[in-house]
Amino acid sequence: MARRLPKYLIAAAALAVLLAGCSDSGLTDTERRTVASMSLSALPPLPPDPTNRFAENPGAAALGATLFFDTGMSRDGNVACGTCHKIDRQFQDDLPRGVGVGVTNRRTMPLAGVARDPFFFWDGRRDSLWAQALVPLENPVEHAGTRTAYAHYIKRRFGERYERIFRPLPAGLDALPASAGPFGTPAEQAAWKAMTEEQRSGVDQVFADVGKAIAAFERSLVHGKTRFDRFADVIAEGREPSGETALTDEEMHGLRLFIGKANCSTCHTGPRFTDNHFHNTGVPPVPGLPADLGRVAVVDEVLGDPFNCIGRFRDGGEEACGELRFMQKTSPELVRAYKTPSLRGVADRAPYMHAGQFSTLEQVVSHYATAPKAVEGESEIHPVALSDRQRAALVAFLKTLSE
Amino acid sequence: MASTLRLIVGAVGLVALAIGFLAAVYLTAPVAPGPDLARSKSTSKGLYSLSIAPEAGEPQQGQMHAWVITVKTRQGAPVEDVRFAVGGGMPKHSHGLPTNPEATAYLGEGRYRIEGVKFSMPGWWQLKFGITAAAGADEAIFNLVL
Repeated sequence: MARRLPKYLIAAAALAVLLAGCSDSGLTDTERRTVASMSLSALPPLPPDPTNRFAENPGAAALGATLFFDTGMSRDGNVACGTCHKIDRQFQDDLPRGVGVGVTNRRTMPLAGVARDPFFFWDGRRDSLWAQALVPLENPVEHAGTRTAYAHYIKRRFGERYERIFRPLPAGLDALPASAGPFGTPAEQAAWKAMTEEQRSGVDQVFADVGKAIAAFERSLVHGKTRFDRFADVIAEGREPSGETALTDEEMHGLRLFIGKANCSTCHTGPRFTDNHFHNTGVPPVPGLPADLGRVAVVDEVLGDPFNCIGRFRDGGEEACGELRFMQKTSPELVRAYKTPSLRGVADRAPYMHAGQFSTLEQVVSHYATAPKAVEGESEIHPVALSDRQRAALVAFLKTLSE
Repeated sequence: MASTLRLIVGAVGLVALAIGFLAAVYLTAPVAPGPDLARSKSTSKGLYSLSIAPEAGEPQQGQMHAWVITVKTRQGAPVEDVRFAVGGGMPKHSHGLPTNPEATAYLGEGRYRIEGVKFSMPGWWQLKFGITAAAGADEAIFNLVL
């Protein structure tokens, strides 16, 4: 017995060492750290936006909420931000391409956590939430309105509220054309050009304030906790999930693929499942839509936007403009590069990609597994051999990011 | 019979020990040798000696931040009037930096502030510095793992 004991001990110790790297959930220590880093609990507080001094102003946020759902903020009186960004649909519209006054070329993006993005739209053509909010207002296929029309509307409907929050409305606003702006009809553009510099500047200020009010409201749109977060929080505490905090075997399989072999978490990283950057992943164009080069096509636009961070409507100092100042401007990687979207809630908002190219998550996973060549530029992704079972597991895992 | 049992137990023990040892090695060591993470090095032709340090704490994924790079001659004298070309990227993903960092200030004693650095993903990154000064042009690559 005395001679046998060491052998039992050796066997037991060896088995203990073998099992030490794994836990009941089957995750390694590295995988556990990665899982913890993806929990909503790991999301830092929303940073302030010094470029919008009304960002935390409740009155501005309330006016922004009103404007967001107000169809009066459009040329035909039928389109509000909330028309495409539907409040009960994760602030998106379930359509391949958004429909305002006309049909757009891009998928409507959900808005939870949007205030954390450094750049906006699928291609990043605006550098602040408040500058972003202005673009659809003047887009002829979205709200299709004009700058003076919005200024008149604000005065007529919300003048007292506006002045209480922001500043006096421009003197002489009533005398300005009913509808004039840099992106309207030829007559509206001519009327805009005929205005004095001072008149245009006054209208631009009201317009920027509209954007800042809407942005103040949008800062309140946050991600909700999901099954994955309840699981990840238990993992982060060093415990083993059980009962309702546990994932199924298939979901666990999908999770390990997501952060491992399938390389999803390289870009879909952190608590929001995005690196906030732009990538060419070889997503095919939609036949019939105009040529679309993604990020590279809008570099000059965001740099030249009068409402960008280096423009005169920014509040606070220029030190807040690092993203714009140091943005990548010429790299070949920007060709057909689009924003990495957050994957939170993804299973409940088909179709997918920047123009609704794929109607199911299975198609999305298949695209990333096969990694076809990009039609222009170079795709950053490489093929990964995934069995049908593995693809199904990835989709099962993605569904834990809802609920 | 008893000795056969002992033999089996012993064999199982040895096999488990071997597997356990391999598992311990596999799980605790990096899968491949990691990159050289030195933050001080000579440029590739040996013209300059560089050292880099983040200006405010170790960089966090996704955060725009600044580095201070110190440029000295081989003899240790600070180098002034340096022109920088800052690049880099992720070697395993064959893409560059997500931003376009620049040298924005000379801080004295061969030290320069490099602003606009951001690492948007976890993993192995490289920062490449092209250095042009009185002694000529040279370059160095620093590795960082987030």
